[in-house]
Amino acid sequence: MQNELLEKISDYKIDNNVAHNIRENGESISRVETENIKIETKKDKPGINIYIKENTKEEYVHIPVIITKTNYKETVYNDFYVGKNADVTIVAGCGIHNDCETESAHNGIHTFHIEKGANVKYIEKHYADGLYDNNKFINTDTIINLDNNSSMIMETAQISGIDKAIRKTNTILKDDSTLKIKETLMSDNKEEIETNFDIKMEGKNSNADVSSKSVSRKDSKQTFKSNVEGNNKCFAHVSCDAIVMENSKVTSIPAIIANSKEAEISHEAVIGKIATDQITKLMSLGLTESEAEEKILEGFLK
Amino acid sequence: MLELIDIEYKVKGKTILNKINLKIDTNKVLVITGHNGSGKSTLLKIIMGIIKPTSGKILLDGKDITKLKINERADLGLTFTFQTPITFKGITVFDLLLMANKKYPTYIDMKEALGGVGLCAREYIDREVDSSLSGGELKRIELATALIKKGKYLMLDEPEAGIDLWSFDSLVNTIKNIKSKNNLSMIIVSHQQKILDIADDILVLDGGNIKYYDKKRKVLKKIKPSGGCKECKMNY
Repeated sequence: MQNELLEKISDYKIDNNVAHNIRENGESISRVETENIKIETKKDKPGINIYIKENTKEEYVHIPVIITKTNYKETVYNDFYVGKNADVTIVAGCGIHNDCETESAHNGIHTFHIEKGANVKYIEKHYADGLYDNNKFINTDTIINLDNNSSMIMETAQISGIDKAIRKTNTILKDDSTLKIKETLMSDNKEEIETNFDIKMEGKNSNADVSSKSVSRKDSKQTFKSNVEGNNKCFAHVSCDAIVMENSKVTSIPAIIANSKEAEISHEAVIGKIATDQITKLMSLGLTESEAEEKILEGFLK
Repeated sequence: MLELIDIEYKVKGKTILNKINLKIDTNKVLVITGHNGSGKSTLLKIIMGIIKPTSGKILLDGKDITKLKINERADLGLTFTFQTPITFKGITVFDLLLMANKKYPTYIDMKEALGGVGLCAREYIDREVDSSLSGGELKRIELATALIKKGKYLMLDEPEAGIDLWSFDSLVNTIKNIKSKNNLSMIIVSHQQKILDIADDILVLDGGNIKYYDKKRKVLKKIKPSGGCKECKMNY
């Protein structure tokens, strides 16, 4: 079960040559540090501090969380200190397996302190499975502080099985910093997802591109909220693209605020069903209607 | 052979196609032409199963396919290219070619199919089939999926639609190449003289009825412009 969950939430293999901390049911079950990456357990609350040295290049840090214990709830605080001019990939994610009626919940608060000139690629994936509904919860708070001339690429995905998720991302961008977020969400059955982006463009020439793609199926509900504030000469674009199926519901509430005449901010939201022509086209190649639908969704969420 | 027996299609009491009876031979190019609204595209979509006829039967090599779904007809060898090529988010040319042939085509098969429509595989295989491609490129990709699918009847719905004059000339050559190198029948809906030139047979639809259906030479004689302006020499 442990390996299955790890495979579901990460496409990367974790071995002893790579910095990592695997957390299972509240305990660190494997930890490796490298010369450039140090991981320490927090003393005042659950979680870890990850220190990445200045000028660290092309290193990975994996910090997956898995929960296999039932009737278990946790709140975990992870802080990432990324030194000047470092260039690293951080892979996170949470997987829950729960076959009982009792609850399993993970609240993950990740705070990134990205120093001048550093570039971070942050990949996270969340997944849950189990026999019962309405008992698997994953909430995330991602706080990103981008210092001058730094960048963050965030690829975040919620695959399926999480009954309720509230996802919050708060970012402050300083001069010449860049943020690119690609979010992919899939909700099924009676699942509910609320995703919130709060982005403050404080710095001159800061740049943000936020893209959220989602598919909602059956009786699930999704709410997308974004609030982008331009307080300087900056450029930001937010897009929310959703495919709605069966009885599901999607709400998109984008807000853009320009407090500077040099702020260029835009948003676009597209919500709709799968185009009939697309299904017809793939059926004309020999796919059944349901195969065509799956291929279209697979491509959309790629 | 593809046979249409008494195919009728009505929408809100209005007859779009009126008792169409038609036999389409194998290894021929049939071009269906006629005025806008004469029922050309509707006829093609009925053959592919995209539109259900109000009444009538369609036989493919003697088998009644009238109630078959689009994908079941595709499996029997019918292939359709759309007037406006369909675009997708996240689906690449590679994905589409892979879907088109259930026998898991190799890169060489894909290269051959793309080469057959004048596209370089290396340049196009990983491109997304979306609006970043031009109308002409999308038409060629549609044709490449049809080639790799290896059907018996290839139906092209107004291949000239949405592409510029220069791309069109090149597309006509591509269609000629497909005709000469592949053992298949083509049914093309078109208004264009250059497409009519490729035909073995021409069918002219008029108000949902077959006006003419014969060898190209005979039909072309009948559909010559009937008049013109003496002053500017323009035919109408």
